[in-house]
This record gives sequence, C-alpha cells and structure tokens, in this order.
Amino acid sequence: MGILEVKDVGKRFGGLQALGDVNLSVKENTVHAIIGPNGAGKSTLLNCLVGKLIPDTGSVMFDGQSVLGRTPHEINQMGISRVFQTPEIFGDLTVLENMMIPCFAKRDGAFRMRAIEDMMREKDIVEKAESMLVDMNMADKHHMHAASMSRGDKRRLEIGMCLAQEPRLLLLDEPTAGMARADTNNTIDLLKQISDERDITIAIIEHDMHVVFSLAQRITVLAQGTPLVEDDPENIKGHPKVREAYLGETA
Amino acid sequence: MLGLNKKDLQLMLIVTGLTMLAPFILNPFPESSGMAQFNAGYPDLMQRFVIFGIFAIGFNLLFGLTGYLSFGHAAFLGVGSYGAIWMMKLVSLNVIPAIFMGVIVAGIFSVAVGYICLRRSGIYFSILTLAFAQMSYALAYSVLTPITGGETGLQIKSTDRPIFSSLEEGETGRANLFGMDMRQSFELNIGDWLFTFNAGYYIAAIVMLIAFYVSIRIFRSPFGLMLRAIKSNQTRMSYTGLNPRPHTLAAFVISGMYAGLAGGLLVAMDTQVGPERMFWTASGEVVLMTILGGVGTLIGPVLGAGVIKYMENILSKINKDVLHEWFAFMPDGLEDFIVFLVYPFIGKGWHLTLGILFMLVVIFLPGGLVEGGQRIGKWIKNRGKAKDTGGSTEPAE
Ligand SMILES: Nc1ncnc2c1ncn2[C@@H]1O[C@H](COP(=O)(O)OP(=O)(O)O)[C@@H](O)[C@H]1O
Ligand SMILES: [Mg+2]
Repeated sequence: MGILEVKDVGKRFGGLQALGDVNLSVKENTVHAIIGPNGAGKSTLLNCLVGKLIPDTGSVMFDGQSVLGRTPHEINQMGISRVFQTPEIFGDLTVLENMMIPCFAKRDGAFRMRAIEDMMREKDIVEKAESMLVDMNMADKHHMHAASMSRGDKRRLEIGMCLAQEPRLLLLDEPTAGMARADTNNTIDLLKQISDERDITIAIIEHDMHVVFSLAQRITVLAQGTPLVEDDPENIKGHPKVREAYLGETA
Repeated sequence: MLGLNKKDLQLMLIVTGLTMLAPFILNPFPESSGMAQFNAGYPDLMQRFVIFGIFAIGFNLLFGLTGYLSFGHAAFLGVGSYGAIWMMKLVSLNVIPAIFMGVIVAGIFSVAVGYICLRRSGIYFSILTLAFAQMSYALAYSVLTPITGGETGLQIKSTDRPIFSSLEEGETGRANLFGMDMRQSFELNIGDWLFTFNAGYYIAAIVMLIAFYVSIRIFRSPFGLMLRAIKSNQTRMSYTGLNPRPHTLAAFVISGMYAGLAGGLLVAMDTQVGPERMFWTASGEVVLMTILGGVGTLIGPVLGAGVIKYMENILSKINKDVLHEWFAFMPDGLEDFIVFLVYPFIGKGWHLTLGILFMLVVIFLPGGLVEGGQRIGKWIKNRGKAKDTGGSTEPAE
C-alpha cells in the first residue's frame, strides 16, 4: 500500500474527458514523477488530490483516509503540501514572515485567534522559520519583500514554506517550468537533498526529462487522461508506448 | 514597554501626547484674531476627531489588513448608537454600560452580516455590505420606527426613567460618568487664548487611545500576520493549511465592534441618534478617511478622520462675507474676482476641496498622508546627509 492511492479517478470538463480511470500508487519515501504531453491531465490530477477539484468518479486515499470532499486547508493539515506551477507566495510580506506563516499553521492549526501576542516574540516560530531559511540558503534575504525576489528564489521560498510544515507528501507541479538551466539545476539539487535528508514522499509533475530522470525513482506516464505505463526510470526510457506518446516528440 | 517595540511605543506616546494636549494644539489662534475661526479646539469637534478616529482605526483593521473593502460600516456605527441610547433610556444614564451595549449590539450584528457577506470577495463583498447597510438604513427609517424612532430618531426625553437613576419628576436625564456630566468643561484663559477642557472629550480620547493600542497589538500579532497573508495571497493561505474564512470573519467582527464603540461614544457625547447615521455616505466617509490617511498604516486612519472632520466643520463655515473680509485689501474688481474663484471650494463647496485633495493623495501619495510624512522625513534626512558628504573634503583613506 502506498501513502497515496488513487483509484479509478475520472474528471470531465463539459465534453472533455480530462481524466479517465486514473490509477496511481505512490510509495512512502520515494520520488514519483508523473509525466505526459501538454494537456494530458497532469495538473487536473494534482488538483484532484489537493481539494481544488472534486473528481466525478473514483477515490483518493492518503495514508488510509479519503481526501475527497475536504477543503484544501483540511487536506494540507492532513500532511499534503503543494508547490504551484508559478510560485504562490505572500508577495507583500517579508521573506521571514512568509516562512513564519506555515510554522504557525503547523503549530496552531487552521484557525487560532492569537490577536494580542507579539508574533516576533513567538521564539519557537521565529527560530524555526529562520533555520528553514538557512536550509534554503536564503538567510541573507530575511527582510526582503518576497515579491521583489527572482523567480528562482521565489520557488526556493515556496518549497521551503511547504517543508516548514513537515508534510508527509510534497506535490510539485512543473517546479522548473520557465526556469533558466542554472536555476533548474539548483532546484534539482535542492529536491534531491530534500528527499535524501527528510522522511518525505515527493510526487512531481514535470515536463523536463532531464529533471525527471535525475530525480524520479518511479515514473507514471499520462496521456489523454489515462496512465499509459508505470515503471522504473530505466524501463520508461526505452518503452515503445512511451516513445510513441511522449518521448517521440523529442527523441 | 506595554508589549510594544520601540517604534510602536514611540508612536503610541506621540499620539497620547497629542490627544491629551489637543485643546492647546487645536486652538493656536487668539480669540480676537481673524484666524480664530480656524481653531478646532472646541469640545464638539474634538470629540468628533477622536470618535471618528476610532471608527477609522476599526475600519482599517478590516480593510488595511485583509483588503476586504466594506462599504457598509456606518450600519455598525448606527446600530451601536441605537443600542447605546436604549441602554441610557431604560437602564442607566452612565455612559459605560451604554458604550458597552453599543459594542455588543454592533458585534452581534456584524457576525450576522459578516457571515453572509464574506461568502464573496472583492467588489461583490463591497456591494453586499453596501446593500446590508442601506437595508438597515431603510428599516430604521420606516418599519422599525417603534425601536428606532423613524425619521426623527431617538433622544433622551423628560419622560425617560432609567432603572438606575435618581431623576426628579420631569427632569431630563443627562449622560454622565459616575455623576460627571459629559458636557462639563473647564475653561482656561491665557491672554487672548481660550482653551476648553471638556470631560466628554477626555473620556472619548482615553477610549481612543485604548482602541489605538489594541489595534497596534493586533497589527503585530500572529492573527494580524494571517490577515495580511489573506490580503496578499488567499490561495497560498489555503494551501498552507489555514482557513481564511474564520480569520476574515473575526477581523470583520472586531472592525464592526470598533464601529459600535464609536457609535456608542457619539451617543454618550450627544444623546441622540437618527437613521442618517447609517446612510451610505457615512459608510463612504470612513473609506475616504482611511485611504486619505494611509490604508494599512497605524496612524493613517486617525489622521484621515481628523482632516475630513476638520474640513467638514471648519472649511464649511467660511462663507462669502468672510472671504470678502479677507480680501478686502485688494482693489474692488480683483477682490470680487478672487472671491469668485475661491468661493466654490469653501462653505457648502468643501466637498469639492475634499474631492481634489483625495484625488491628489490617491494619485501622488498612494500610501496616504502617512506616506507624505515619510517622504518629507526622508527628504530632510537626505538633505542633512548630502550636506555632510558634500562638506567633507578630506579623502576617505
Ligand atoms: N478548469 C477547466 N475547465 C475546462 N477544461 C479544463 C480545465 N482545466 C483543465 N482543462 C482541460 O483539461 C485538459 C487537461 O489539462 P491539464 O490537466 O492542465 O493538462 P497538463 O497539466 O497535463 O498540461 C486540457 O485539455 C485542459 O484544457
Ligand atoms: Mg499543467
């Protein structure tokens, strides 16, 4: 049994069958990549896992519990964190404040009224946020406005914010899309380091084969809303169906 | 000290100093001078400064922190006023229970309104709050006449006999604080200057200082951080395991209670209410105050409230005769011409001046008057620095 079990999930948008009978099992403490051509339904599948979309059919179980019918913040509190295709951070706040928010969410839950305390005097939170920034190599950016950072730094911050919550499953939607090669390699190294050092399962949607084959221990190929194959990276590379559906474009 | 950091403590002390010394500061002109009409240090207006300051501080807690623009906040002020005056009519003429009642009634009302309006965000939220406020106004004006006194509103009458009072037969009750009449004043004459220290003003001012202090604490708290997070990125907020809904509702209710506090104080100072207090223009006014002073800043809303109330009460009193007096030294034709030019901006035309000021601030100082102050401060600092570096001719090494 994997930590994430997707069974027969289907999703229609009007006349378009975006997902049809998707089955997927992600093993604990592995890096699992989901690849497929544009419009294959990768983002749709991810949205079904985090509560943004509700699938028409099938079930999604995380650690033995169904996530269907729960709101995004409830699913997050179960232990699933998500990194977006374009970094979603709190642009108006400082980098430190950005990092403190997930620490509060982890400690205090979805809503707790702490309106009179001074947030900078919450020692455990500030310390945790600061050490996370050190881990992310951003300690010097502390008091910067998050919106004024480079795309690569925003991505780092977003990943750091997700990790600060100590999630059991980290979902990433094309984390290197639109990045320069150097930033892409940095992100690969960061993700590698994360999966080596932490007890964490990573599911990554990716378009860039270089990223996929440097990270993934298991790969699912999605095409037109259905999984074509699920296998180890070595076998995926040479798989005829995959070549036809996907790698064929680039090979 | 007081759980504030150094900068906030400084601000708190400055505001405390200014409000306590307001009777002096607002009366800079000698009584017999022509400028005396610009003096704002009379009790009625000073009370308005601080009460509308409270209203705007509360509004800013919602709008400044979460970005939810309520266009119906006057409804909470009005409801608070009605609650307070009924407390005075029925229970006690002491202002404390009346003010408490205002806060509680406005709080309950804002839970209901917030619960419904916060289902939408952006312009739809604003329209919903506006609709609620206009409904409240219409109800207070007509259907609810038995409770609200309809068009004429409510005041304390000679027939009112609150439970806890020892009024003589036929005596009209007056708002008091443990026997101290709100209208009680102490006048100080120094030369040609007259300073008025009014009991009501000082009570309202102390309440405002407490309200201001609480707002600083909220701004700096984890809860305040969450509210700013909502304004910045609600998607990230949800996917970080935080539920935006109860956060915004709590902010909405706190903000509504501030409005109720202001409404209760208005009644405590002047024991009457009418439905016009809930009219949409009153809701718009607090939006203007906050934006003019500086949205999301601590002191901005108070400044904005001060500027607008000053213009409303002082600028609006200047009429044509006064203008002719001022420009009497000019040749007749020129005098008439100047008066003709200036006249639209004063008296009843003060709204025009306010409108222009508002536009200028929004275009050139998006951070409001506070940003203006900061820019001047920076300019002065830089000028000092420029002199330092320019004056030093010695080589650095
Ligand atoms: N909210 C939506 N409404 C309608 N169609 C959608 C919606 N989201 C995605 N789609 C469609 O579903 C298909 C799969 O999209 P998506 O999951 O974004 O693909 P991928 O991420 O693999 O590129 C696409 O054809 C897309 O146009
Ligand atoms: Mg996609």
